[in-house]
Amino acid sequence: MSYLDNPSSVLNLVRDGEVHRDLYTSPEIFDLEIKHLFRNTWVYVGHASQIPDPGDYFTTTVADQPIVMIRHQDNSIKVLYNRCPHRGAELVTNVHGCAGKSLRCPYHAWTFNTDGSLRRVPVQQGYDNTGFENSRAKNGMTPVAAMHDHKDWIFCRLSEEGESFEDFFGGSLSTIDNFVDRSPVGKLEVVGAPLRYVNRCNWKMLIENQTDTFHPMTVHASSAMTAKDIWEEVKDDHEGPTPMVVEAIVPFTMPYDFYDGMGIRVWSNGHGHTGVHKSIHSDYTDEDEYFTAMKEAYGEKQAQEILGEVRHNTVYFPNLMVKGPIQKLRIFKPIAADETLIESWIFRLVGAPDYLLERTAMYNRLINAPTSMVGDDDTEMYERAQKGLRAERNEWVNIQRMTLQDECTQPEEVHSGNSEVQFRNQFHAWLKYMGTVAEPAQMATTGTDG
Amino acid sequence: MSVQEQDLIDFVVREARMLDEEKYEDWLALFTADGRYWMPLEPNQVEEKLVTSLLYEDIILLTTRVRRLRGKLTYSQQPKSRGVHILQRPTVDAMDEGANEFKVHTPFQFVEARRDEKEIYAGWMDHTLTEEEGALKIRIKRVELVNCDAAHHNMQLII
Repeated sequence: MSYLDNPSSVLNLVRDGEVHRDLYTSPEIFDLEIKHLFRNTWVYVGHASQIPDPGDYFTTTVADQPIVMIRHQDNSIKVLYNRCPHRGAELVTNVHGCAGKSLRCPYHAWTFNTDGSLRRVPVQQGYDNTGFENSRAKNGMTPVAAMHDHKDWIFCRLSEEGESFEDFFGGSLSTIDNFVDRSPVGKLEVVGAPLRYVNRCNWKMLIENQTDTFHPMTVHASSAMTAKDIWEEVKDDHEGPTPMVVEAIVPFTMPYDFYDGMGIRVWSNGHGHTGVHKSIHSDYTDEDEYFTAMKEAYGEKQAQEILGEVRHNTVYFPNLMVKGPIQKLRIFKPIAADETLIESWIFRLVGAPDYLLERTAMYNRLINAPTSMVGDDDTEMYERAQKGLRAERNEWVNIQRMTLQDECTQPEEVHSGNSEVQFRNQFHAWLKYMGTVAEPAQMATTGTDG
Repeated sequence: MSVQEQDLIDFVVREARMLDEEKYEDWLALFTADGRYWMPLEPNQVEEKLVTSLLYEDIILLTTRVRRLRGKLTYSQQPKSRGVHILQRPTVDAMDEGANEFKVHTPFQFVEARRDEKEIYAGWMDHTLTEEEGALKIRIKRVELVNCDAAHHNMQLII
């Protein structure tokens, strides 16, 4: 059976406690996700600090779409399709750059203002009496259907119809807010290039693993237990404080009851986070200089509240993960049913001491690089699952652990850290935002842009 | 001992062979106590600590890395990877006897294979060496891939 011939049949593939393997392996379902799920949801584009000055741009992709985020002359940020309205060439191809006052297509020299509007066409008289004034091309570069700037975090929704930014994210924005508050001046800056690497597995395996508290003690024993043993051997001879790398990697060895006590919070629409009460980031050594700066900025009580939030991984459905206490985010970009591009970006807390950025950069390369001895074992598991799911006679993936009646019915709930509730929460959202597969008219609208 | 150019070249070639032959404990002993292995993320990257790198590891992490590669619980090494370096003739960039610092530059290709999968990496390795008790040691080994900013798959072995 073809899912494309009968798209609404994909909605039968999510059941209570189990989901069908085709959600991870079927190229047709992947295509439907790109057309529906990734267009109906709010997807992260980039951070305003990447384009500080008018004319600055950042090129990226959202779902399968070429996108450019650009700062207009009036300082507002625009999210546009990176396509010349004439013949279709991508207008800019550097990751970051400055267009100055206008973008110029390198193919036929059409120029555009930094808000995407058409500025000039060579040999303008060639369009006299052609009806050009009523053409799509006359409108210049096309903006995405909806964009939102939340404290410099830029998101977009590709579909014309859909929920507002606030309704989509609800209480989950508290993680981004806490991340921003960790800067004594309430400001973040992206630092350097992101780690980028490819995993040969479905994007959902990566996003699910972010709140999979049952895997670290097993998957990461090879690196974290080894590091712990080596630290035990050498620590008596070590001078000075415990190295940052030891503080970062050793908590990966924590047992099940630690993660149970960490807690998981779920919000509507597939968002959720581990580390409600404590987390593997709780016991980092911080310097007085930072706390003093925070106290001066917020007062002692509020500074303690801000730093007392040690959320581990926050999933912003469908494909963003944010880590406030370690100042980074990861994006899981869907490339194919069995291929995902991961980007891992780090941030400076403006006004905070450099050692925090040093820790962030350390964590990024130690845990999430393609060269990471921690991440390599995660990749191994995703890719084993991608291959193992070919097996016949059991086509279902189990997500039942610690299921409670009436779970995922409130806007915000807290569960045991060992629960698979966030997987189930994500699949409730998956059904919701794939729902337009059952509406033929909606597909037609999406396909032709009206 | 007076360090000759040929000693430096021999050192780099011998170091690569140790890795290919998985003589990891011997390899670790080539580093000074404060030695570092660095793989930058961006072309011509100068900053080590305040931006992301692919690797920036001290002797504790390198020891962890080596022991992990042999560990029974290292699932990403089931089956194991094998690697081989193909080096261009190293060139000596600096011979500073006074500062006890020697720099060697070596273009390379490295093949990492794991059963049916094979990745080929290419770039330059820059060794900053020093003499300790009559032997050359690595203060910094900097490995810059020609496509260090590309989206790679798992890179498990040590280049």
